[in-house]
Amino acid sequence: MPWSTWPGYSPIDATLVLAGVWLLLGVAGLTAARNTAFVARIVFPLGALVGLMMLGNAIAGIVAPVGARELLLGLPDMPFHVRQDALSCVFLALLGGGSFGISLFASGYFREGPGAAPGLLGFQYHVFLASMAGVLIADDAYAFMVAWEVMALSSYFLVVTQHKVPAIQRAGFLYLLIAHVGALGILLSFGVLQQGSSLTFEAMRATSRPAVWASIAYFLALFGCGAKAGLLPLHAWLPEAHPAAPSPVSALMSGVMLKMAVYATLRFSLDLIGGPLWWWGLATLVLGLGTALFGVVFAAVQTDMKRLLAWSSIENLGIAFTGVGLTLLFRGFGLDALAAIALLATLYHCLNHACFKSLLFLATGSVLHATGERNFGKLGGLIHHMPWVAGLALVGTLAIAGLPPLNGFVAEWLLLQVFLFTASVPQPFIDMLVPLGAALLALVAALSAYVMVKFYGVVFLGLPREADLEQARDAGVPERLGLGWLALACVLLGVLPVPVLRYLQVVSAQLLGTTLGGRLDSWWLLSPISAERASYGPVFFLVGLVLVVVITAAVMRRLYRAGERRAAAWDCGFGRLDARMQDTAEGFGQPIRRMFGPLFEIHRTVPSPTDRAPVYAVRIEDPLWNRLYRPLGRLVLWLADLVSTLQRGRVSSYLLYSFLTLIALLILVL
Amino acid sequence: MIVAFTNQLLELAVALLAAPLLLGWVNQCRAWLQNRRAPSLWLPYRNYRKLFHKDAVLAANASPLFRAAPYVVFGSMVVAAAIIPSLGSALPFSRVADAIALVGLFATARMFMALAAMDIGTAFGTLGARREMMIGFLAEPALLMVIFTASLISSSTSLAAISDTLVSRELAIYPSLAFAAIAFLLVLLAENARIPVDNPATHLELTMIHEAMLLEYSARHLALMEWAAALKLFNYAAIGFALFIPWGIAGRDAGLVELLYAAPLLAVKLLCAGAVLALIETLSAKLRIFRAPEFLATAFLFAVLGMLVHLLLGS
Amino acid sequence: MINLCAAVLLLLSFAMISQRRTVALVDLFTAQGVTLAVSTLVVALGTGQRHMYYSAALTFALKVIVLPVILRRLIRRLGVQWEAESRLDVTVTMIIGLLVVIFAFGLAEPISALATTVTRSTLGIALAVVLLSFLMMITRRKAVSQVIGFLAMENGLFFAAASATYGMPMLIEFGIALDVLVAVFVLGVFFFQIREQFDSLDLQHLESLKEK
Repeated sequence: MPWSTWPGYSPIDATLVLAGVWLLLGVAGLTAARNTAFVARIVFPLGALVGLMMLGNAIAGIVAPVGARELLLGLPDMPFHVRQDALSCVFLALLGGGSFGISLFASGYFREGPGAAPGLLGFQYHVFLASMAGVLIADDAYAFMVAWEVMALSSYFLVVTQHKVPAIQRAGFLYLLIAHVGALGILLSFGVLQQGSSLTFEAMRATSRPAVWASIAYFLALFGCGAKAGLLPLHAWLPEAHPAAPSPVSALMSGVMLKMAVYATLRFSLDLIGGPLWWWGLATLVLGLGTALFGVVFAAVQTDMKRLLAWSSIENLGIAFTGVGLTLLFRGFGLDALAAIALLATLYHCLNHACFKSLLFLATGSVLHATGERNFGKLGGLIHHMPWVAGLALVGTLAIAGLPPLNGFVAEWLLLQVFLFTASVPQPFIDMLVPLGAALLALVAALSAYVMVKFYGVVFLGLPREADLEQARDAGVPERLGLGWLALACVLLGVLPVPVLRYLQVVSAQLLGTTLGGRLDSWWLLSPISAERASYGPVFFLVGLVLVVVITAAVMRRLYRAGERRAAAWDCGFGRLDARMQDTAEGFGQPIRRMFGPLFEIHRTVPSPTDRAPVYAVRIEDPLWNRLYRPLGRLVLWLADLVSTLQRGRVSSYLLYSFLTLIALLILVL
Repeated sequence: MIVAFTNQLLELAVALLAAPLLLGWVNQCRAWLQNRRAPSLWLPYRNYRKLFHKDAVLAANASPLFRAAPYVVFGSMVVAAAIIPSLGSALPFSRVADAIALVGLFATARMFMALAAMDIGTAFGTLGARREMMIGFLAEPALLMVIFTASLISSSTSLAAISDTLVSRELAIYPSLAFAAIAFLLVLLAENARIPVDNPATHLELTMIHEAMLLEYSARHLALMEWAAALKLFNYAAIGFALFIPWGIAGRDAGLVELLYAAPLLAVKLLCAGAVLALIETLSAKLRIFRAPEFLATAFLFAVLGMLVHLLLGS
Repeated sequence: MINLCAAVLLLLSFAMISQRRTVALVDLFTAQGVTLAVSTLVVALGTGQRHMYYSAALTFALKVIVLPVILRRLIRRLGVQWEAESRLDVTVTMIIGLLVVIFAFGLAEPISALATTVTRSTLGIALAVVLLSFLMMITRRKAVSQVIGFLAMENGLFFAAASATYGMPMLIEFGIALDVLVAVFVLGVFFFQIREQFDSLDLQHLESLKEK
């Protein structure tokens, strides 16, 4: 990295400057709020450029020494501290790379319409980006909380862009509510960690604390991060907020913001608290696997494409937290070499998910623009009218389904490899229970292939289900560029895992004190444990596959000069094929609905044979919503009612309360 | 080095050529067992030849994906054949992809096939795709667990290394592998569209899975798809041999002579396996489609149980 | 070898859980008897204890010949060959079974670490077989399958004894064998009574006997 050795170059300063530029761009957009052309042609492309620079800076910065700064911002006597270590760099790279593609896409996406003005959107969008950078480099509790809350707020405003739609208002409110409950958890965790000393992370790292307090701090943090990541049972906001937001925002939230939760969990568990206990890992693992399964099963039965992707995000975050759990589990038992692989797999999965989930969300944005539809039941056959979007979305679809040689497979492969070692954990029961997690992970991966076939098949393939889909037009150039960048990232991350892992292992060196070392020597062959144990060489894998395909095609062309002609679909000679005979999204999800029936709350309207106008409807609800959220909501209202008995509306009684409180406190102090 | 590459090429050639024969053999055995006159062993070949020479008819709304899918599916199966040790385990390509990647390859083929089936937009196509993915998402983890059990024994996930380890041990029967073998058999039946789950000979619309996905294909595309199906059966048989009866597979540092010895043994194994497959298919009745998940869940649980037994008994 | 027998025993227990037909259950039970006899014989050959040979012979006679014959006749007389039943979904039962197995294995781990016999690792499997048979009894409704579950449970206990401590004293073994035999007879009589009373062997009808 030549520029990392430039005199005067410091990654942390560069990050600060770039985040500042994002803020400035946002303000610039605000000054010309109604000028769509300015926002689309200047603000978003420049934001994309800054994202690319952020990516470069993060890649260069990881090998540079850890830099820390004390800012002039903040409260008097409480300046913000920032610091950029390898973990921050990895996630900054994710932020930069992801936002580059998304901003490029957004420059072609936002246009005049109802809802917030484009300039305002540009402002919120760039504040959102800068706040995420802030979360990643914050080095004291105060700065972290400020950045975290700004992130939540700016994304809330982005979600409610179409704030006149009641459903979107509700979705936004739910998001804000859960985000704040989560932030409370993190705040309390900081409270436990700080214990009288200062609020800087430096001091927290240096303090050692009894296991009980460490555990409390970890689980409070996990609660807070879980609320942001959509871990069970705090996932309820995700499938509501993602469909409500404009597609680039959904992409940014799902692809990038959810990873901040993974970052924070890693930061808390491995860095701030330090010395994780193995059962934290176990709890996280179980939570992650449960979330993953729950998410993918619900994704399979969705009928709205963005909602499907949102549930799939829950699944993927579940997988990421499975990785976190494995890391902590191994770390807790002192098996650092294995913990390092699990950590790398987790980070890899985060990068992957940022690429393919952003790609798919953006693709749904293009589809939405072209057709005005999010509902699977009114889409279909778009591959003919939107070849670019369909082609690039196919890459994302295959990648998210975990197929080799694309990127989803690499993380899955690494995770399965480490799962094989969980049998060596020195703890009865655990050594038998945890390997079962591999079975569950494999099930989730296979189910996600099911989900993705449904997604792609129903939207892009088959016959168009509505007549006006024939008018759908392909995405414009900036949108294609954005999609293309993310698809390229999917391929590169899939084909060249070793260079990526070499980059990532600086994190494990800093947090765990181990690296994979010589096991990453060969540039093309990935063998994280040993060459005999397991190896995977995606480059040659791809070459082999392409070679066979090309040779077969060439042979066909050479030897058999048979022609090709088009005719009506055969369809067993039926001859009256129409679009309504294809599977709907409900139909495609039916096996899942049947097999995992107990997980759902299904409300079905089935017509009787004598109905003149038969209506079939099925509505699937999240049982947690009715069994957990509703009772909780009622409880809160009930408590509020109790409190309201204090509210008499007479000033003298309020004064009495204050007086009594004062007396009580004075007695306490005595 | 030269031996290894010879081995690799030889193995590919054997797979490509023997796969249709294996299919022909199974069909022949089935016919015998069911008191029918058996078709020729070479029928699959003749079929491919005929199809290759015909003009392809594509549905009017077929997309490029539809035309590419046969090549990708066929390519995946050929690459899979390059990973699985059937004659000898000195395969240079097996370093590139281990058993997990192999499962991924099967998934790639499956996904492309399902997407291609949905491309035309016929009711049968989507039905086939949905059912295939349903079978797939249960069979895939089961297969993975079977492989995991074997790789816990040999502490490697490379199929070549697994068969190498198993072959070099004494003739001991691993209890965990007994479980895994049963699970594997169930997965093999389900994944290759065999009778309790699907019927390879049927074109009765409501019961088919695999065939439903191929309905719109014709000529060379159909031939490639069918050849790929034959290769898949061969690959599964070869995985079964490598995991459960690896004896006869030439070791890592074997010479050419051993490879030649391995060939007739492979033929014998294939003959037996084909006969057993035909017997199973003759003896069992097709399951209702919604009993299939139960069938596969059993496979999955047996595979997991195999892993547990290994963890308990250490063997 | 003994490990293999143990694994087969476990396999058969799982097969019993997943099997719906009553007749097939008897077949599986017979197979379990064979496995048990073989494993006892293996232990006998390995340790050279004479009473183990007797025990193997006794097992074979009772569990492979006598009991299956009785059960089969019973089923034919009752006319319940083709009845299929299960209270829970088979997959769910099997998943529960899996957890039970893990529990049993985990429980047996420290015990078998203390034991010194060559067959110590099979204790977990024996325990699992007992628990699985229990599970089967819970999930079945029909009286006959419950009896088979009961017998399978006894198989598990016997296997535990044979493998972990090289068998119980001869006298006790005889006693248990006799008990089992008598139990089957008594239960057989019972079945006829139940059927006469309710016209069915479905044990759900017994629920109507409780006092309101």
